[in-house]
Amino acid sequence: MPNTLTQAPTFPSLAEPTIVIEPRRKLIDLDLRAIWEYRELLYFLVWRDLKVRYRQTIIGIGWVVLQPLMTMIVFTAVFGNFAKVPSDGVPYPIFAYSALLPWNLFASSLTRGSESVVSNAQLISKIYFPRLLLPLSGVLSPIVDFAISFVIFISMMLWFHVLPTRGILALPLLLALVLLTALAVGLWLSALNVRYRDVGHAIPFLVQLWLFSSPVAYPVSLVPEKWRLLYSLNPMAGVIEGFRWALLGKQSPDFGVILISSLMVLALFVTGVIFFKHTERTFADIV
Amino acid sequence: MSPIAIRAQRLFKQYKIGLARRRHDTLRDQISHSWSSLFRRNGHDSALGSDSNRADTIWALKDVSFEIKHGEVVGIIGRNGAGKSTLLKILSRITEPTEGRAEIFGRVGSLLEVGTGFHGELTGRENIYLNGAILGMKKWEIDKKFDEIVAFSEVEQFLDTPVKRYSSGMHVRLAFSVAAHLEPDILIVDEVLAVGDMAFQKRCLGKMGDVTHQGCTVLFVSHNLGFVKSLCSRTLLIEGGVLKMDGPSSSVVEYYIDQYNEAPPAEEQKKIAADLKWKDTGDGSGFFLYPKNSRTHVSFSCGEDITLGFDIEAPRFISEVTIGVCIITPAEEPVITMSSKIQNVPSAAGQSRFWQVCCDMGRVPLNAGNYFAHIYVGNAVSDYARFSRAFTIQVREHDVFGWGNPLPGREAWGSVYWAPNWDIRPGDE
Repeated sequence: MPNTLTQAPTFPSLAEPTIVIEPRRKLIDLDLRAIWEYRELLYFLVWRDLKVRYRQTIIGIGWVVLQPLMTMIVFTAVFGNFAKVPSDGVPYPIFAYSALLPWNLFASSLTRGSESVVSNAQLISKIYFPRLLLPLSGVLSPIVDFAISFVIFISMMLWFHVLPTRGILALPLLLALVLLTALAVGLWLSALNVRYRDVGHAIPFLVQLWLFSSPVAYPVSLVPEKWRLLYSLNPMAGVIEGFRWALLGKQSPDFGVILISSLMVLALFVTGVIFFKHTERTFADIV
Repeated sequence: MSPIAIRAQRLFKQYKIGLARRRHDTLRDQISHSWSSLFRRNGHDSALGSDSNRADTIWALKDVSFEIKHGEVVGIIGRNGAGKSTLLKILSRITEPTEGRAEIFGRVGSLLEVGTGFHGELTGRENIYLNGAILGMKKWEIDKKFDEIVAFSEVEQFLDTPVKRYSSGMHVRLAFSVAAHLEPDILIVDEVLAVGDMAFQKRCLGKMGDVTHQGCTVLFVSHNLGFVKSLCSRTLLIEGGVLKMDGPSSSVVEYYIDQYNEAPPAEEQKKIAADLKWKDTGDGSGFFLYPKNSRTHVSFSCGEDITLGFDIEAPRFISEVTIGVCIITPAEEPVITMSSKIQNVPSAAGQSRFWQVCCDMGRVPLNAGNYFAHIYVGNAVSDYARFSRAFTIQVREHDVFGWGNPLPGREAWGSVYWAPNWDIRPGDE
């Protein structure tokens, strides 16, 4: 061990530093490499979420099955039977369930993504990792629930003798759009939530409003023609229509509308990433 | 490899102390506020700019520069709030410096807390993987070291029990074991040895010793000066955000103890306490002071009741005793003076050579930091004796008002905190 300790002499350093720490001045510095390096942590964060979610419950994973099923039953009773909401010629239960699939994924991705930073405050103040992993893991973890609900859906299709069309090939794209929408909104809300806990209170409310502005319990055809364009600005409207088209073989959705909402989501996502990266450096100080 | 492991160049860190209080502000305020901040660059003004003297900001670090070579084991000491943890947070990239630059050559493992990210619902086995990943280990590394980690932690039997059912000792042992098997080039450690029982602390020290023999660079913050002296060859002393001293551990630690008379390590303190049954006035007056429980160093949390208890031995029978207590800062500035004579509180009647004194100050609003107490003994007319710095009073950080953070302490907010009755309302037009 070196013994000249009073004043460390300056060595000419030839090697490049592994890490340079200085105040960030650039507007955008995505640092995708860091995210790639930490991909295992992303995996473990999602894994933790899945492991923990149904610990110490009696029916455990049954909750994943029960929640959409119960919602479907209530919707069928209230909207299908009492209110006589039309379901475009498909049995109402499967009509509702095919929308609940993307909707539940979206709602829980959005909620988890938005709360991800604040609920991991402990981590943020004690250790470095790319902060983007938090909303990412929050958005990704509900996919497993989606997969399980999807299996239920397949058995329902068999039961109701509904056959999918070739549109089912578009499902991965639609799924990606759901996740991207949730991530885009989640990036904004999770970063805002660090400073303004108002966001935490607003999220359940926001999700509820969003549910009613999306064609989950009713078909788009119920929306008056003159409001249709405005209505379609809601990205979930196009996605849900797309799901029904892909799974139930209903009339194809307006792809122009889906394109518009995709562009909107993309804009929201890009600004969300910039906003998140811009505010993340103060997370540890104020969370 | 570069001979330098860490190079810090003129690091500054500014905290807005108002920030935490504004946290729950509404969006509406932010929108109006953001108009004004639009005209400031990034809201992060130049550290040396006009912003720096605003009352709601504090400098946690001021112009800190140093270089650490590979293989060096460096301790960082200083009082609470001196900026030690801020420095570690900057070097481990948790927070950004306001100004300045640091370069790090090699893989960093930082351990600012034992068991960061431990989840109570997960089992010991699962937490090893989760915690390892959080600390930056790859899955194959954890796989490889799994058995070693488990053996070191001594919790084999409970590997499949949720961690929330662990005793706190087991919890700490498991957490430290994971961290100890991280093999970074540079290890940044903050006060983690303050937990766990003595035996385990010893083993951790041993493990850290092994690590340093493997050529790992260690940066180690501790209040345990004994650990710092035995573990680190070089020590940095930080005071008020400034790097006050940088040199061989023994001389820096000595200087620190002399200057602040902080509590020496526990074992040493016991030894001193055994010798120090009394305090002489030092002027041959024959008066002695016996601190209660032989403790001349007393420690309280900020906001706690503070009591000083002691016995006085006089060389002759005395009566109508009056006591004065003066609390000062280490820089000799008086903070509070209390006197039973001025308060006109007579001592109990009687004549004796021995007097018992209890000075119960109640909730004295002292901010966190170290203080000394002078004790005066006298009668109604004059003083008999003065015990200079008879007590060291350590007031520990505490969140007195429940605002989410401990009060910033004496250095930043002055010696006294206070909670006035506020009345704030809009006025008439």
